Amino acid sequence: MVNQNYALENDKDTLLAMYREMLLARRIDERMWLLNRSGSIPFVVSCQGQEVMQIAASFALNKERDYVLPYYRDLGVVIHFGMTTREIFLQAYAKGEDPNSGGRQMPSHFSQKKNRIVTGSSPVTTQVPHAAGFALAAKMENNPAVSFVTLGEGSSNQGDFHEGLNFAGVHKLPVIFMVENNKYAISVPLNKQVACENISDRAIGYGIKGIKVDGNEAIEVYEAVKEAHERALNGEGATLIEAVSYRLTPHSSDDDDMTYRTKDEVTNEKSKDGLERFKNFLFEKGYLTETINDDLESEIKKEINDATEYAEDAPYADVSTINNYVYGEKGDH
Amino acid sequence: MAVLTYIQAVNQALKEEMEQNEKVFVLGEDVGKRGGVFLATSGLYDQFGEKRVIDTPLAESAIAGVGIGAAMYGMRPVAEMQFADFIMPAVNQIISEAARIRYRSNNDWNCPITIRAPYGGGVHGALYHSQSIEAIFANQPGLKIVMPSSPYDVKGLLKAAIRDDDPVLFLEHKRAYRLLKEEVPEEDYTVPIGKANTVREGDDVTVITYGLCVHFTKQAAEKLEQEGINTEILDLRTVYPLDQQTIIDAASKTGKVLLVTEDNKEGSIIGEVSAIISEHCLFDLDAPIHRLAGPEVPAMPYAPPLEKEFMINAEKIEQAIRDLAEF
Repeated sequence: MVNQNYALENDKDTLLAMYREMLLARRIDERMWLLNRSGSIPFVVSCQGQEVMQIAASFALNKERDYVLPYYRDLGVVIHFGMTTREIFLQAYAKGEDPNSGGRQMPSHFSQKKNRIVTGSSPVTTQVPHAAGFALAAKMENNPAVSFVTLGEGSSNQGDFHEGLNFAGVHKLPVIFMVENNKYAISVPLNKQVACENISDRAIGYGIKGIKVDGNEAIEVYEAVKEAHERALNGEGATLIEAVSYRLTPHSSDDDDMTYRTKDEVTNEKSKDGLERFKNFLFEKGYLTETINDDLESEIKKEINDATEYAEDAPYADVSTINNYVYGEKGDH
Repeated sequence: MAVLTYIQAVNQALKEEMEQNEKVFVLGEDVGKRGGVFLATSGLYDQFGEKRVIDTPLAESAIAGVGIGAAMYGMRPVAEMQFADFIMPAVNQIISEAARIRYRSNNDWNCPITIRAPYGGGVHGALYHSQSIEAIFANQPGLKIVMPSSPYDVKGLLKAAIRDDDPVLFLEHKRAYRLLKEEVPEEDYTVPIGKANTVREGDDVTVITYGLCVHFTKQAAEKLEQEGINTEILDLRTVYPLDQQTIIDAASKTGKVLLVTEDNKEGSIIGEVSAIISEHCLFDLDAPIHRLAGPEVPAMPYAPPLEKEFMINAEKIEQAIRDLAEF
């Protein structure tokens, strides 16, 4: 335990709040697939199988102060940092009111400055040096903020991963790098992506702390991130966390995962689903009951129905806005 | 007013901006104790300390990418690429990230980074220390590319770049660093980004160019004046996005246009300038637009005669102006 006086596993309210966000992320994601398959939205890229690590990690951060640089699967992170369900559906429908990009980017390219969710792109791993930059700026300004950046394990092969970690290591920056190892880079399995046993071992080369956790175990992830957060704020530098789970869906709505992995494999991994595990844990603790769970499910369903309807009815950005915001209005000075 | 070289003007602009705004900081390879391999950041480490004059690991994508992150946070980073030729690993960060941040976030985030890079040949730098790289970046809306031609412009444009709310690629001709010197005001001033500058009035031939070639064109024009050929010179100053109206006005004024770049001809900045003139000035032209550029080879060779053959100089420009004047 990081703090001897505090044990997350006994904090009923926090655990239930975590569960609600995990469940919300899962149910939103499931709705996205329905909307995609019924022809309402053109594209989905999922968080399923990674909600537990995303929410658990986010709860260990300071959501009033820290900066998050999510990748496209991080629905859980942006939910925790304040993006509303309506806003999430607005971006899925590419509507003008979408706070991420006003319908300019594909879905799940998250961004919302007021919640310190930093805009990202599609070429993977570019966000890693940005996270070092946010941490560098925070350190220069004596702002006790941490930057938290996530990426897939495939991204740990990009140059920007190594350049970003090295920079953060040299300058002892308050960054947490969390690799969400879901074992696939689209179709390429882990053993064809890396020859090393642990992605977290890559930290050694950069003089930062590396730690590997079971991404399906909320409390394990929470504690690892909590410790990394404290280290960051204490001036002890960056941490690389590898959280392992499994991508339960195809890469995206345009992918057919049965061309490269078996149904048996997916079924087997589904039986280890972190969300189910967390739910069972809450039942065992007596914090969750069938009644509470049913109420939660129906509340979430209502929230998602409302958001879907709202986003569907919302207008697209007017075509006259296509030239807006290439440059700032202020000009050179 | 003190006489400053081109590189001293870079140094003075950085120093003054860092004094005025504590959010301004510099990062790059060897920019700290060494003061930069060309001494652009000389003295800054001693004055501002290692927190604001940051020696980075040798990794260009991180120099750009870390700067971009800090810029989004609200700082005013000035990132140095040691040579423009080495910017290639950072292209993804500059084009996919910096240039698109405002647009892709619908004006929520912005990225006020300045990326300085010494470009250009004539310094025995061979293929990888001589290149002109502006054309690679010159079709990326969201980015601005500034290429000053004189110490005065360097100081004013670099200050404007640092204060700009969008990413600016600031390309300094390394041969100009110590070759060009002039009086530069000690007080604070800026030169507007996005505006071309008429550096010489004339009514026979218009030369449109930028960077070190402005200097060569001025030399050629002075000589030709004695022959009775009067040359109008337009310095683009900002090569992206281009100042279309000033280009149109300058081309229409004489009807004879010479475009000059040290870069390879095909796909270069002056190709776009030519297109603007073709679209807008057809009936004002008295001769075909002529382009004077480097040869169509990958980059500048090392051996002195070959390097000289590649480079633009006053003689080449003089001949091209004379040919147009006589057309």
